[in-house]
Amino acid sequence: MPSEAQTQVMPAVPDDTPRTIVARPSTGDKIFRGILRASGWSVFVITGLILVFLILRALKAFKFMGFAFLTTSAWITQSPQHFGIAAILPFGVLIALIAMIIAVPTGIAIALYISEYAPPRLRQPLIALIDLMAAIPSIIFGLWGLFFLMPRILGFESWLGRHLGFYKPSPALASNYANSTFIAGVVVSLMVIPIVTSLSRQVFSQAPQGEREGAYALGSTRWGMIRTVVLPFGRGGVIGATMLGLGRALGETIAVTLIIVPAWHFTFNMLQSGSNSIASRIAVDFSSYPDPRSMGLSALMAAGLVLFAMTLIVNTLGAVVIGRSRSGQATG
Amino acid sequence: MATDIATERPATQPPAADVPLRIRSVTAADMVTLVGAAAGALALDWVLYERVLPFSGALGFWVCWYVLFLVFYTSIASLQWDRLAVQDKVVQVALSTFGVLATAIVIDQVAYTLVRGFAAVRHSTFWTQTMASAGPLSPITVGGIAHALVGTLEMLALSTFMSVPLGIAAAVYLAEVGGRAARPVRTLVDAMTSLPDIIAGLFILAFIVLTIGVPKSGFAASLALAITMLPIVARAAETVLRIVPGTLREASYALGGSQWRTVLMVVLPTARSGLATAVVLAMARGIGETAPVLLVAGYSRVMNVNPFANWQTSLPLYTYDEIQSPETADHIRAFGAGFVLIILVLILFTIARRIGGGTPGELTRRQRRRIARQDAALRRMAERTMG
Repeated sequence: MPSEAQTQVMPAVPDDTPRTIVARPSTGDKIFRGILRASGWSVFVITGLILVFLILRALKAFKFMGFAFLTTSAWITQSPQHFGIAAILPFGVLIALIAMIIAVPTGIAIALYISEYAPPRLRQPLIALIDLMAAIPSIIFGLWGLFFLMPRILGFESWLGRHLGFYKPSPALASNYANSTFIAGVVVSLMVIPIVTSLSRQVFSQAPQGEREGAYALGSTRWGMIRTVVLPFGRGGVIGATMLGLGRALGETIAVTLIIVPAWHFTFNMLQSGSNSIASRIAVDFSSYPDPRSMGLSALMAAGLVLFAMTLIVNTLGAVVIGRSRSGQATG
Repeated sequence: MATDIATERPATQPPAADVPLRIRSVTAADMVTLVGAAAGALALDWVLYERVLPFSGALGFWVCWYVLFLVFYTSIASLQWDRLAVQDKVVQVALSTFGVLATAIVIDQVAYTLVRGFAAVRHSTFWTQTMASAGPLSPITVGGIAHALVGTLEMLALSTFMSVPLGIAAAVYLAEVGGRAARPVRTLVDAMTSLPDIIAGLFILAFIVLTIGVPKSGFAASLALAITMLPIVARAAETVLRIVPGTLREASYALGGSQWRTVLMVVLPTARSGLATAVVLAMARGIGETAPVLLVAGYSRVMNVNPFANWQTSLPLYTYDEIQSPETADHIRAFGAGFVLIILVLILFTIARRIGGGTPGELTRRQRRRIARQDAALRRMAERTMG
């Protein structure tokens, strides 16, 4: 700008271009940045190491079972060895899907309540409450789900089974519904809600004030404003939050392990007693194989590798979407 | 409307202080509609649920009540208001329920564990003894969590010690160095925050325990915990560093400060309270992790204060182990350990809220008080010298 003004006043000086400034960081700065860069990239090193070592340890199982590892629904690691994730993987995915079906609408609703409806006095305590919900240990969720929720939800489950018509055990005992995929899904949903809520609340609260006021000025009700301004603005964030939540739900270990009893034949019947998941299989089984070279341990590593790869892909996609929607904070 | 009132006021009166008119969004009609719908739904629900339909169970009763309530509220509202307003009010009521629901669930979980756990923690032996003296059928008065408490605190200290410097350095890299190369790092950190916790344990088992040969111990467990805490620290710390005002950095550069001095002496101290919050929140998350510890800590029923040798137990691991036993006394012990765990999480959480929460540079209550004290002392001194 100043150069323009000068050229107007004194046209005799034709090429008054700004000096190119080259910032040469000092040696101290170079070392400092090197350390920081190394720490930043250490997350890649860790992820890479996880992949490498899980693959190394899983090779034995993969070599033995080959492609059948994905299609076998049994887990017999003593001879005659015959194992695969065809039952435990879909069970785990089903638990995660049930969790997401419950957690995403609930999480968005709580986020909208906090960012749009709650009185300003309540807003900060509610945010703290959601943070606290995220910090409650999963073992507590497990205890609560097993001892508090399970006895109370059985009636609802049997009602669902009878009226939606897809599960009618011949003697309609409560024990037919206990320890089911559905209960595990409900408990995991409670662990996903804080993730969905806090991430979507952040994007909702960033919805531009001008557009909100514009909507009101055009005669919109509050809900009309939310539907036309806040929700479209927050769509990316909500999608990303959902994917990060899905990653969490797929990998939840302890609460699921406590609630379910293992089952080996996959069924879409989520109300039936018995379920499974890769994470809980690892948690239950690892102690049976003290020998580091055993096939059983290698099989668990292989299952863990599948879980890791799956969640890493889902989470990375979610993080990319979140990063895009967080446009105001783009790397500068 | 406020302006109408102001213009109608006789000019002779001195204008009162210009107080903005309080606009209430909740009118009496709103409240009566709400209460009426709730009461009507309760009555109908009772008749239907208890007398007509073959249902039972408290959960179902309240689900039915809520559905009836929404129906009642919608119909009463549509008698008074137009379609848009009805839609708005129904959505408001429905969303508010979810806020109440979240609060209720958190309170219920905490209170349930506290109440059930109280039966264990009121015995002093529960705090002072380990499980060394307790057999499978021992009553609740024998055996306790002393070893698990020690294990938890040591693992937490070690994992914090390992994850915090690395996490904050990574956050400084993202916030201060940045550039194109930082983008994948941020994406991966985001992705790692919700990576399955058991994978951290499995990795340490595969790498540190089986390949390098470090035995299962508290140290191995802390490594696994550090992996789960690292992205949480980095993520939270980066958010805090980003809101440090750029003018402070520029002022430091203008005074000739190099980048490392600016970061260490301006940026980090400004963000101190927020960084402390990030660390404490990560600790609150780390203290409750079971899965990473489960695979690599081993399990010990006796006191082991050395995290580098022999097996150790943490509180979540203790809970997990006790709850799987069929004995009632063991269940009570599990809830007792859950009690202690929740209290620890709550303490960490309260600390995090007390030290942080504000924007960087904003003074805490104690700092404000100290400044006020210094001010007063200076003023007194000035008065004395003047007088």
